[in-house]
Amino acid sequence: MIPDLSLIVPELAMAVLGLMVLIFGLIIPRGSRHGLGWFAALALLGVTGLVLAGWNNGGNLYGNLYVVDQFSQFFKITFLLAAFLVVLGSMRYVDRHLGGQSEYYSILIFATLGMMVMSSANDFMTMYLGLELMTISFIILVCFRRLEAKSLESGMKYVLLAGMSSAVLLYGLSLVYGITGTVVISEVGKILAMRAPLPLLMLGVVMLVAGLGFKISAVPFHMWSPDIYEGAPTPITAFLAVGSKAASFAILIRIFVVGMFGISLNWELLLAILAAVTIIVGNLVAIPQTNIKRLLAYSSIAQAGYILVGLVTASQDGVKGVLFYAFLYVFATVGAFTVASHFYNVTGSDEIKDYAGLAQRSPLMAAVMVVAMLSMAGIPPLAGFVGKFYLFMTIVENYLWLAFIGLIMSMVSVYYYLRVALVMYRNDPLDSTPIAVSAPVTVTLVVAMAVTLFLGIYPGPVAEVVNNAAHSFFMH
Amino acid sequence: MLTLSVSLHHYLILAAVLFGIGLFGVLTKRNAVAVLICIELMLNAININLLAFNKYITPNDFIGQIFSIFVITVAAAEVGVGLAIVIAIYRNKLSVNLDEFDWLKW
Repeated sequence: MIPDLSLIVPELAMAVLGLMVLIFGLIIPRGSRHGLGWFAALALLGVTGLVLAGWNNGGNLYGNLYVVDQFSQFFKITFLLAAFLVVLGSMRYVDRHLGGQSEYYSILIFATLGMMVMSSANDFMTMYLGLELMTISFIILVCFRRLEAKSLESGMKYVLLAGMSSAVLLYGLSLVYGITGTVVISEVGKILAMRAPLPLLMLGVVMLVAGLGFKISAVPFHMWSPDIYEGAPTPITAFLAVGSKAASFAILIRIFVVGMFGISLNWELLLAILAAVTIIVGNLVAIPQTNIKRLLAYSSIAQAGYILVGLVTASQDGVKGVLFYAFLYVFATVGAFTVASHFYNVTGSDEIKDYAGLAQRSPLMAAVMVVAMLSMAGIPPLAGFVGKFYLFMTIVENYLWLAFIGLIMSMVSVYYYLRVALVMYRNDPLDSTPIAVSAPVTVTLVVAMAVTLFLGIYPGPVAEVVNNAAHSFFMH
Repeated sequence: MLTLSVSLHHYLILAAVLFGIGLFGVLTKRNAVAVLICIELMLNAININLLAFNKYITPNDFIGQIFSIFVITVAAAEVGVGLAIVIAIYRNKLSVNLDEFDWLKW
């Protein structure tokens, strides 16, 4: 039987696109490679269109190893849009700091392909392959500034810690396989629902939480992320914070909500405590940071904690909250990091104190930074508020204490976000030359800000879509 | 006469011990290459696990064997990238000792 390849057209297109960009980079002379960034960006939009065109075309492939449902398609759109914005925002950075190397775009496309495979994988092998395709691509991207010691060092840390966490995750997967006798996640769910949990299974679950907790940088497995976020090229930091995290949440949901649903009583509290610790530590440690990338790194740890809240109840509403938050988080994070990356291009600094008077030097950059940060803090007219509302609504009944922690820590986070805003708007600049913003960066910033505002004021349509996506997830 | 029979438990204990040694090495070794070797040790422990489960739990299909082949392949790719970074960083610093990588706070 020939499998229905129409379901994986976007993935095939991404693989072809990645190879095409790689070959174009070799045959196009060095001076005229600038167009390659535009080509990659537009092609990524085209693949997004392919996913949208196949929105209602769900099903599974290869004997249920690969599932295409609206849940996975929503994640794919999220990854592709994130990749599109990152490519647009990084063209200048690539030319200036990465020597215009075209492999950058190609590897970025392969990382996105890995994420897409992760969101659709319905068995441990496919999931692991997608995860490693993403991770290895990211390792290369993190140390892409190969002449700079900081970038190499963070790449070294990433390869060692990612290898270790993959091994822990795999050990957990091998135990689950041994207990259930299958690697297909939906089969695992059926078998575990009928059987009392063994101690060995609990060991496996703890190892899965540890391995995936590393990937989403949940406390206490977060130690790598501030270092790697600081050392990596800034556009890659943005993509790492958004894409790698969202993709890991996709498999986390698939494993726990589908595979481990039958034993949910045994892991709900574990995830609730993990979420609480992540929210508390992420927000508190962000306060004393002086480097904008480290500040955003700790803030993204806290965001991971908020998203984890949606998993605690393993319900359709929780999955809906996670999808919505992952979507809006892309725009806020990419917006903030694009400002940081462009600021670094011009001034060569990542220190918050150098952002003094940014509002006078470039009103657009300052405005995007403030909107993105306030959205992450969850201030009402912005998207972050709606997202947090959906997430915390699911836990007020059974885990009220967690909702309290989330609310209090959101208020704490306003403090360090507003400190950046204060530096940008109140302080006078040391050097008052205006910062010119190039066209692709402007597009990225305006899109990020517009979507963040729009989702906050009028969340209806996207909420509807994520509702359907979450529903489709529970159909099979 | 003493009969020696190897059961699933023996394999699992062997794998757990190997995994523990690997994990301990990753957390304590200060040389980047040694840490990579310890990660390999952990992955090989997983392969033993997968093959033992394949033999005793699902003897009729080859899920565990296929899985372990994927693990071996991906591990090779990961070590390839890791060693490339080790070489690049050695050119920069003439050292592969993790204690000397202190530009970033560890």
